[in-house]
Amino acid sequence: MSAVIDNHGHAHGHDGHHDHHGGYGGLMRWITTTNHKDIGTLYLWFSFLMFMVGGVLALAIRLELFEPGIQFFNPDLFNQFTTMHGLIMVFGAIMPAFVGFANWQIPMMIGAPDMAFARLNNWSFWLLPFAAALLVLSFFMPGGAPGVGWTLYAPLTVQMGIGMDLTIFAVHLLGMSSILGSINIITTILNMRAPGMTLMRMPMFCWTWLITAYLLVAAMPVLAGAVTMSLTDRHFGTSFFNAAGGGDPVLYQHIFWFFGHPEVYIIALPAFGVVSQVIPAFSRKPLFGYASMVYATSAIAILSFIVWAHHMYTVGMPVQGQLFFMYATTLIAVPTGVKVFNWVATMWKGSLSFETPMLFAMGFLFLFTLGGFTGLVCALVPIDIQIHDTYYVVAHFHYVMVAGALFAAFAGIYFWLPKWTGRMYDEALGKWHFWLTMIFFNMIFFVQHFLGLAGMPRRIPDYPLMFETWNKISSIGAFGFGLSQLLFLYVVLKAIRRGAKAPERPWEGADSLEWTHLPTPAPYHSFETAPVLK
Amino acid sequence: MARKFVRSFATWALALPGLGFSGLALALEWNLRPAGSKIAEDIHSLHEYVMILCTVIFIGVFSFMFYSVYAHRKSKGHKAAQFHENTTVEILWTVIPLLILIGIALPTTRTVIAQKDTSNPDLTIKVTGYQWKWGYDYVKGEGEGISFVSTLATPREQIENKAPKGEHYLLEVDNELVVPVGRKIRVLTTAADVIHSWWMPSFGAKQDAIPGFIRDLWFRADRTGTYRSQCVELCGKEHGFMPIVVRVVSQDEYSKWVGEKMKLIVAAADDPNKQYTMDELKKRGEQVYAKNCVVCHQANGKGTPPAFPPLDGSQVVTGAKDKQIQTVLNGVIKDGKATAMVAFGPQLNDVELAAVITFTRNNWGNKVGGEQGLVQPSEVKALREKK
Repeated sequence: MSAVIDNHGHAHGHDGHHDHHGGYGGLMRWITTTNHKDIGTLYLWFSFLMFMVGGVLALAIRLELFEPGIQFFNPDLFNQFTTMHGLIMVFGAIMPAFVGFANWQIPMMIGAPDMAFARLNNWSFWLLPFAAALLVLSFFMPGGAPGVGWTLYAPLTVQMGIGMDLTIFAVHLLGMSSILGSINIITTILNMRAPGMTLMRMPMFCWTWLITAYLLVAAMPVLAGAVTMSLTDRHFGTSFFNAAGGGDPVLYQHIFWFFGHPEVYIIALPAFGVVSQVIPAFSRKPLFGYASMVYATSAIAILSFIVWAHHMYTVGMPVQGQLFFMYATTLIAVPTGVKVFNWVATMWKGSLSFETPMLFAMGFLFLFTLGGFTGLVCALVPIDIQIHDTYYVVAHFHYVMVAGALFAAFAGIYFWLPKWTGRMYDEALGKWHFWLTMIFFNMIFFVQHFLGLAGMPRRIPDYPLMFETWNKISSIGAFGFGLSQLLFLYVVLKAIRRGAKAPERPWEGADSLEWTHLPTPAPYHSFETAPVLK
Repeated sequence: MARKFVRSFATWALALPGLGFSGLALALEWNLRPAGSKIAEDIHSLHEYVMILCTVIFIGVFSFMFYSVYAHRKSKGHKAAQFHENTTVEILWTVIPLLILIGIALPTTRTVIAQKDTSNPDLTIKVTGYQWKWGYDYVKGEGEGISFVSTLATPREQIENKAPKGEHYLLEVDNELVVPVGRKIRVLTTAADVIHSWWMPSFGAKQDAIPGFIRDLWFRADRTGTYRSQCVELCGKEHGFMPIVVRVVSQDEYSKWVGEKMKLIVAAADDPNKQYTMDELKKRGEQVYAKNCVVCHQANGKGTPPAFPPLDGSQVVTGAKDKQIQTVLNGVIKDGKATAMVAFGPQLNDVELAAVITFTRNNWGNKVGGEQGLVQPSEVKALREKK
């Protein structure tokens, strides 16, 4: 926490850095770049684009559900929308967004010049646009995109057209990209820390990403296996998931959720990391219980591999199976609780200020905890028997995915934008963005708890009349939420184009290396010689 | 329609803030449906218990956060303390949640075990999920042998907004599942094509119907009445349109219903060896078509290509009889995988199949007529047995 901003590890002045984009300008710079900051930027813009595409699909869903009856989209197309909304948001928007953060932040936070495998880094990004293209193209195939839900359950997948195959290949590419990115992150963190940056001195963001990267390496191949088995069932009669050929449709669900539950934490842990940077910065107080945060994160990661079948309480498991998965699942509440308590204790007796990043981090804390509680409700077998596959589940996972991951991503963007661009965003507009997002988010999803309890199944294009009011409120909230995100785009563009110049230390409480040992904006190459840590 | 929609959207968007808190007082659906069985009651109280615990903890934790927000502000000149560890507190907030979880797990476990106990039923019914209807077979107990298919009864015009929607929109069927009150009913679930899920919220009973496997659930209804629900596992295009309706009746009424149903079965038994006339078959075929074929192939026979091809002008429908009979009997397998054209052999009897095939060969622009246009049930029966 030196008050002096030194430039060691930064051989070039600001004026020189335009000459170092690998020799190319224009589009070729972005295609050939091996720079972690360029690649981080690519990841972030890509994920924003996908967020918009997935968002439009969500609005289409909410439009159809505004009133009972079939208004705009036939049921087949509606199913395609729900499927692609889920896949695009999970694999195209949220996951790449956090890889973008990892690319930008990890080298700067641990005092490294770049990521360990620079060309691999380029490749792991450039796989993504092709995967996204396959997903979007599937809409234009005969029979359209698959209408099976993002979980791609067999044997419904066998009935789909060629769009299903494109989706399977897209999942393969996305998985490859994630695995390569994760290997890069693990190697960078384990080998490229500056002298004195021990593992237990790393910023929490690096810890959460290290653990996330291990989860990805373990879980993504399992997903690739599941969809490949679906592919061969479709075309080569392998009958993995077909009882008539000696297979079992439920086997698909076991394999999928063995990936699927760690996936939940793959999305949540980096979000925890961002929030663990933001809350101490705006509380002007160190993160409470650093060591217990590391242990809690590891405990969550390990538990995430033994709870998968809580997504499958209604497939007809034996009672022992139900009880085991219920007990294991509720245990996750303990380390998650520790994290929430630690964040609140970090704020306790701090010196708080409420700039936009802090607002989003607190929004995260509040709503993610709410989503955690509904998660506990869902974990209990008898209650889940009632709410499984209803809107209650939809509400629950949007509280952890949107109010959890997305809010944390917004917090991170506002927090690091000055460091990345050297310019400040408009604080007033940022706050508007937060409050609109917060209000409309709850308008969409809080009422969906009621819909689920009252018995509205998910993934239906039309519904009985008793669900009408809540659906109307939810739909109106959705359009408000969508529009608010255009405001976010405006705030970011305005900051980049003509934002006020950021001071060297825009947040006085932020004390990781990128703030203390690098100028603002961060130079193109971060630490050409390692910083010295006492 | 578009203008009406926009107006409705705008009215609601404007009215919402006004509704505000008073809206909460409205009698909206916001909790679990009224319990109709002991298990459902247990689930209700479990849910309430957990919600109360969660609410108390939530308020507890966040009162600390909001107190901080109120009191520990930089703008108020609050100076940050620098503590960042406290082993006692950290152990406490690991152990206390663990104890709370045990307090939740104990009563929950009891309900899980009760819910799974399907032994000694009074009546056993097999439920088969089809795309997109439910088949019910009474396999053991009073009513054994009764078997029917239960399909959405809401007219298409209501779904397409061409007619006002009825009270039980999307929750009404042609044949309700009828069970006696106070008896333990065991439901075996399975499916013919993809995974479906049979759910009756009022009884706290939900079980996926998995093709090729049999799973089970049980319920014992407390009161007579009609209970409604829907399929809850995405099963394709018409997933939202396969309701489940259970009518719980007194033991006397149930016995009466079984008696009538049995008489009806005997009377309505179709004789596959009888020779039918073209008009008889076309008339019957039209009904069969409306129940089984119309959602994909459409009322005008034009289908929705490419997934659901037209029948009007189809070479299969206007070509050789045997080819079409086999197609409908056994479904279409393309490149070794099943298509949306499932085998109707297991779902329809010979007379129904003969009727619907005759109907398609002589309806819309299809005018096969004569000997080639008329399919007798005996011909279907012969091909079915040959297979």
